[in-house]
Formats: sequence, C-alpha cells, structure tokens
Amino acid sequence: MSLAAVAPSAVSHAASTLQILTFVVNGDEYGVDILSVQEIRGWAQPMPIPNAPPSVRGVINIRGEIVPIVDLRSILGLPERRPDETTVVVVLRDHNTPPRVLGTIVDAMADVMDITREAIKPLPTFETTGVTVGVVTLPEKMISLLNPNALLPPRKASV
Amino acid sequence: MARIMTIDDSVSMRKLVAATLAAAGHEVVEASNGSEGLSLAKQGLVQLFISDINMPVMDGLAFVKSLRTIAAYKFTPVLMLTTEMDPDKKKVAKEAGATGWLVKPFDPDQLLATIRKVLD
Amino acid sequence: MAPSLSELQQQLLGTFLEESYEGLDNLESGLLGLESSEDGSVAINDIFRAAHSLKGGAATFGFAGLTELAHEMETVLDDVRAGKRVVTPALSSLLLQGVDGLRALLADVRQGLPADATAFAALISQLRAVSKQPKHTDAPVTSKSTVAATRAAPGTWHIKLKAAASILSSGNEPLRLFRELGSLGQLQVSCDATDVPPLSTLEPETCYLSWAMTVSGNITRGQIEDVFAWVADECQLDISSSATTKESDPSAASAAPVRVESGARNAEEPLESIRVSVGKVDQLMNMVGELVITQSMLGELEDDGPIDRARLARIREGLSLLARNTRSLQDSVMRLRSIPVSIVFARFPRLVRDTSQSLNKKVDLRLTGQTTEVDKTVLEKLSDPLVHLVRNSLDHGVEGPQERLAAGKPESGTIELRAYHRGGDIVVEVEDDGRGLSRERILDKARRVGLVADDADLDDNAVYDLIFAPGFSTAESVTDLSGRGVGMDVVRKNIRTLGGDVSVTTKPGKGTKVCLRVPLTLAIIDGQLVRLGDYHYVVPLLSIVESIQVDPKFVMRVDGRIPAYRLRDEVVRMVDLAKVLAIPVAKNEASDRLMVVVESDGEKIGLLVDELLAQQQVVVKSLETNFDHVDGVSGATVLGDGGIAFILDIVVLGRLSRRRSALGLVAA
Repeated sequence: MSLAAVAPSAVSHAASTLQILTFVVNGDEYGVDILSVQEIRGWAQPMPIPNAPPSVRGVINIRGEIVPIVDLRSILGLPERRPDETTVVVVLRDHNTPPRVLGTIVDAMADVMDITREAIKPLPTFETTGVTVGVVTLPEKMISLLNPNALLPPRKASV
Repeated sequence: MARIMTIDDSVSMRKLVAATLAAAGHEVVEASNGSEGLSLAKQGLVQLFISDINMPVMDGLAFVKSLRTIAAYKFTPVLMLTTEMDPDKKKVAKEAGATGWLVKPFDPDQLLATIRKVLD
Repeated sequence: MAPSLSELQQQLLGTFLEESYEGLDNLESGLLGLESSEDGSVAINDIFRAAHSLKGGAATFGFAGLTELAHEMETVLDDVRAGKRVVTPALSSLLLQGVDGLRALLADVRQGLPADATAFAALISQLRAVSKQPKHTDAPVTSKSTVAATRAAPGTWHIKLKAAASILSSGNEPLRLFRELGSLGQLQVSCDATDVPPLSTLEPETCYLSWAMTVSGNITRGQIEDVFAWVADECQLDISSSATTKESDPSAASAAPVRVESGARNAEEPLESIRVSVGKVDQLMNMVGELVITQSMLGELEDDGPIDRARLARIREGLSLLARNTRSLQDSVMRLRSIPVSIVFARFPRLVRDTSQSLNKKVDLRLTGQTTEVDKTVLEKLSDPLVHLVRNSLDHGVEGPQERLAAGKPESGTIELRAYHRGGDIVVEVEDDGRGLSRERILDKARRVGLVADDADLDDNAVYDLIFAPGFSTAESVTDLSGRGVGMDVVRKNIRTLGGDVSVTTKPGKGTKVCLRVPLTLAIIDGQLVRLGDYHYVVPLLSIVESIQVDPKFVMRVDGRIPAYRLRDEVVRMVDLAKVLAIPVAKNEASDRLMVVVESDGEKIGLLVDELLAQQQVVVKSLETNFDHVDGVSGATVLGDGGIAFILDIVVLGRLSRRRSALGLVAA
C-alpha cells in the first residue's frame, strides 16, 4: 500500500524530497511536513475546554485566533510530563477544508531536515491510529511522521 | 451675558435655540429632557431656562415644578417653548411655575429680544 | 445680531431630517402597536409627541406643507390622547397614510424640492373632517379669540395692576414689566403699598403691592397686552385708554380644495450613517492610544547601532505587540459596523399589516431576537431576501381566514421572524403556520420546467430544495407581491455570495420555515466577565438577572440533594460551574462565593463564581473554527491581556446541570 493512499494529504506531492520539522516526545523523534507548520511557540498554560477529551489540553490565543492545544503524549498513550524550559508548542495547519489551526505540545525541538520520499517507509500493519503515517529510518534514529489531521478528535455530528 | 439652558428632546430645535443664543454671546447649556435639565441645573447656576413642554422621561411642566423646589431657582425665569396656542396649556404652564412662554416657530431676533427683557 | 434663521435652518437641516425620519418611524410603529394591543395609553403619548415634535420642527424650519399635514395629524392625535376620540381601524389607516405623506414630503425636502402639500390635500381634509366630528366629552368648542388688529394712535393708556401674591415665584419681576412698558412710551408709575403687612408677618416672597401706571405714546392696546401677557391670568389687570381703537377681524384663511391621490410610500433609502454608541468610540480611542505607544516604542529602536540579540528581542516584541494592536483596532472598527437586526425587522410590521389587509388575510407578526447584532453590510444584504420570504408567506403560505377555520386553525395566521447567533453564524428564520409546501406541486412544476426527469425519484428534502433551483421561480401566477424578478434562486445566490445558505423545511398543512444562515464576520455580545479559579468566563449580560453575595443563611438543599438558594421569595437552583464544565479549580465553600443569577429557559439558576470583573462588549470567536462545538460554551473571546475567556451558553448550562441533578451527580 503506497504512502500516498494511506494519507495522501499528509505528504506534499510536489517534489521527491520534502522538508520536515522534527521534535522529541518521550525520547523518541517525530516529524511533520514543514508546510504544515505555522509557527513554534513557547509553552503557555492553555485555557481548559469544558468536558474535552484528555488529549485536548485547552485553547490559547494566537494573535486573536483561538487555537486548541493537544498533548502528543496523551494521543500516543505515553505517560504525562510536566512542561519545562524546553517544552514547546508546534502550531500546525491541518489539511482540512477549511484548514484548522492547532498546536501540539512536544518535549523539545529537534531539527529541520530534508528527506526523500523513498526514505519514508509505511507503518507496520498493527499501527492503526492514523496519527502516524510513516517512518523515516536514518542511520542513527527513526522518525515517525505525524498526520496533522489526526491530532484533534473528530468533530461531533452537527446539531 | 448669561448662562442659559435650553431643554428640548428635538435635537434640531435645541441646536437652533442654542446657536441663536450663543451667537448673541450667551453661554448655553443643553438638555434633552426635564430630568437631564434638572441635574445639569444643579451642577452650575443657570440664569434662564427655555424649555419645551412635550418631552420624554420628564416633560416641561414637571421640570418647572421640580425646579421651583430648588431654593436657588425659585425666581429664575423659565420660558416654555410651545407650538400650542391653546389658552389651557398656558394656564397649566403658569400654574406649574413657568414665567412665560414663547411660541414656535420663533424668529431668532424675537427670541433674543424676549430674553433681553427677562434677564436683568 | 443672531445668525439669520435661514442660515441656522441650513446648518441644521440634516439633523432635522434625520430626527424627523426617526420620529415618523416611531409614529408608525406606535400606531401599529396601538392596533394590535388593547392598552395604548402609554403609546398614545409617544405617538402624539412624535407628531407634535414633527410639526414644531417643520414650522420652525419653514416647511409649510409639512407643517400643515403634521398639524392635522397632531390635532387628531391630541384628541385621542385626551380620550376624546377613539382610534378606529379606519382612522388608523388614515393616520398611517399621513405618515406616508409626511415621509414623501420629507423626501422632497431632502432632495431640495419644494415640499408641497397640495398632493395630499385630500388627506388633509379627511383628517380635518375627523377632527370636526363630535368628540367624547361635551367640551364646548371654544372659539379662538382673534387677535385684535389695531392701529397705533397717539394716546395715553391707564393701567392698573394688582399683582398676584405669588407673581414673584414664577420668575416674573414687576420691574421688568415696567421696563418693557417704559420702552413703549412715556411711563409714570405709582405704587400702592397699603397691603404690605408689618415686618413681623411679612413674607418676603409674596407680593403685596399694586400699581397704577400711565403710559403715553404711539401704542396699541395689543402692545400693552403683550407686556402683561404672561401675568395677565394671575393678576388683576385693568387697561383703559383715552384714545379710541379700531378692531378688525382677521379674515379666515381657506384651504383651496385640490383633488389628488394620496402619495405613495417612498422606497426605503439605505442608511447613510450609523448610530454608534459612545462606548464603542471610546474603545476605539483606547486602541489607537495603545497603537501610538507601541509605535513610539518601536521608534525608540530606530537609531543606528548593532542589531544585537537584545535589540532583536525588543524589536520582535514590539512587532508582536504591533500585530496585536492592529488586530484589536481592526476588531474595534468592525464592531462599529454591527447593528441590531431590529433595524431591518422594523419595516415588517407595516409591510405585514398593509399586505395582509390587501389580501384580506389576518396575519400576526412575531419578531424574536431583535437585539442580535450583525455587521451592517450583511444586514443590508439580508433585507431584500427577508422581504421576499415574508411576502411569500403572506401571499402563498398563510391561508385566508375561511380556509384556516375550515382547517381547524385559528383565523389569524402567524409569521415569525427569528434572529439568533449560532456558532459563527447569524441565523434568520421566517416561519409561518400556513399551508406548507406541496411536494406534488413542486415536483410537478419541476418536471414541467425540465428540472427533473419525469421518472426521477427524489426524497422530500430534495423536492423542497427544488424551489431554490434556477428557473423554478417563474410562477404561473406572478402576483404583484412576490415572484417578480426576485425568485428563491436569486435569494439563495445572494446568500451564498455572503458565504451562507438558505434551507427550507415544511409540513404540508402546518407551515413552512425558511432558514437564512450567514457567517458572521464578527459577533459581539455584551458580557459580564467573571473569574472562576484561575480562569475567566463571560456571562452574556442579557441573561443576567442579578448578581449577589452568597449568604450562607439562605443556602439550602431541595430534596436533600440539590443545592439551592432562597432569593427573597424564590428558590434558585445553584450551579457549580466548575463541576458542570469539568474545570479544575480549587474547591471553595459556597459560602464565600458570589452568585450570578441568570435566566435559562424560563428557569432562574445561580452560577457560583469567585469574582465579578468588568462588564464589557466582547468579540465572539467561534470554537468550531479550529476545534468543535463545546456544550455549555457558545464561543470564546480574547481579553485585553491576551488571555482567553469562554462565553457561557446559559441555556445549555441550565440543561446540563439539570441533567446532572437528575442523575444524582450533584454533591456541592
């Protein structure tokens, strides 16, 4: 199964190389297509959303826009960690129409790197959450590529 | 020249009176109804009042009655501006304590002359 | 020398026109209100005053035609106000025609044309005829005393004046009278002080004096009477002369009857200006002030020097502040453009009344959500579609009285116009309880026009949606009222260009509801900012009944479980927001809290908060844009300090907390 079929919008089609932003969560490295990244902000306590799922920490104000913040640890089922000086919020624009803006809490920033499409391997078949769409294997580490569309809980059916 | 208050809920009428008085060198205070007029009157001494009768919140007659209970304004001239030629209206105005009346439409010179007569 | 009347008139013409239009709107809605309600005692005073002010203004500004028509209306309304005349439907219609006439004349004035009332002569004489009809009380018709026209002749007048004791307390000063008299001619005054009591019983504010005056010169009796005009009633005044006077009656003016049709109602002119509250302007000023501060801060960094890290940080900070300021400024300016839908709804009572009458149908109009605020341009674009929809309801939707009765419905049909905010949209609904849409007829017509294949199988929604299809609206019977040039397809197209949509639901025999939805560029509400723990929330001001300090004496439990508060003679269910919204706050005893009592779905509930902060207008940002709908929260707003406050959805909160109580989840 090709990567494009799994999550066509998670990966830019334009070139054979793409640039990804990587960050660290719980010792592992994750990445997103740089085109999805709107900005990177320091950690600030979000305003909790009433009755929201635990992965959604709340909302913050970005230049007048109300942006939800999710905790990747919670999404990935990892133990919680108290935010510290390196904690950072990666603000993404997902690929919905119209795109939603959301932020995800990560332990620390890592790098910006170019990778080739060939380097992106599909997931092992047991990984079905849809959050991760591929893995990049490098000599020294593995980077899990994330799908920005899958970080927020699905919308409730409209009233 | 004197400090004169004009009270009328019609902005255009009020401005007309105010402009006429101001051009003659008087200091003018404006209010849009009797209640506003009363509070403004309490804030600074007014030498003459020109008030419409029909206004919301507090009409001209109620205004005069209330005004007369203030010691400083017991003898201050209060002229009611009205279109009514009805003798009953004038009587009621006088009973409320008004000094006299002016009929709309008025000529600005006429207004000023009347004011000159009434002010000391 | 005063500015000439015409100069003043010119300067103030704009104000006069604006005021007069507004007054006419009030007059009209007052008359319509009188028609529909029984108790009109309060309204009639306002209605009279509107006509009275209009006449006064028209007279002062020199518009004879306008004055004449307004005068007749005022006379009739004065009788109504005094209880001497009843407003019959016929009279009401006549008065409303008068409103139309006045509007037409004002339009003439605005365009600089002579406001000639000859076109309304028929109307004027009809109104006059009404005034002449016998009134309810047996007040004798007092003939107005004619002012004696006299010729001045040299002579001497003798005046005896016994002033009323209270003359001084009306601000009338006898000295003034003498001065005025003295300006007419040679004056001699002698005073009679015999009535002055001894000092011990003297009341200084009472006048005990009387005078005898002689004045000679070229003076008319009228002039002397004028001097004493204000005090004549309360004094004993005796005027005699040693010269004869001639009196002549002024000739009665006669109105030349002209036969003309009554004026048609002018087309609505779009608002060229907006009324803006001072508060909004103040806020704007604040924003500008902050912008200036930010600008000067950035200006300080202007000088040449190395761009080191510290400098860079300051520049970055300044830029982000600048961005925030401009965004706030933009919000504030946009806010100026928000006006309540009542402005657009205002034209409908008259429209419904006139149209239903001409169709011989009985229709009640209900307006809900009039305070909902919408951007001015959006509102202007909604206006025509709404008119079209209401006309549809009137023309095709609501049945005639006979048909309604036969169908077991009340004789009067109801059309309801509803406006509200939902998520990031403004929704306006037009609903009637008429005959509804007929699936067969729509399908039939669609087939005939070629919109659907003869054998196509469509579900109900698809069929009803066909009315929006282009080409559908060429109705067979294009009445004057609807369907001419503006079809449902045009309505949908226009709404879609605003980014919204139209939908219709119907129940055959029961009624039809058309729903216009347009995304808001900006939604604004008045809110009360409150603090709960570390977090801030906004309670919509309009839902607040009162805010009080909780007195533990009055805290009780209903059924042993549900915490409630005895507020005077009512029991108000207490709602622990922290629990209902699942917010992590440190637990607080109810006893030292504040309670905001709100109205939710007819029930009063008390929201427990830690602190009441400012009351302010807040810009509503939808949570649905980037997240989802959240129960209990109708949106969020960014506070001045950059923090976020959720805007509470009172109705849902009430429901949520009720559910919790029912489920026994209540503890606090």
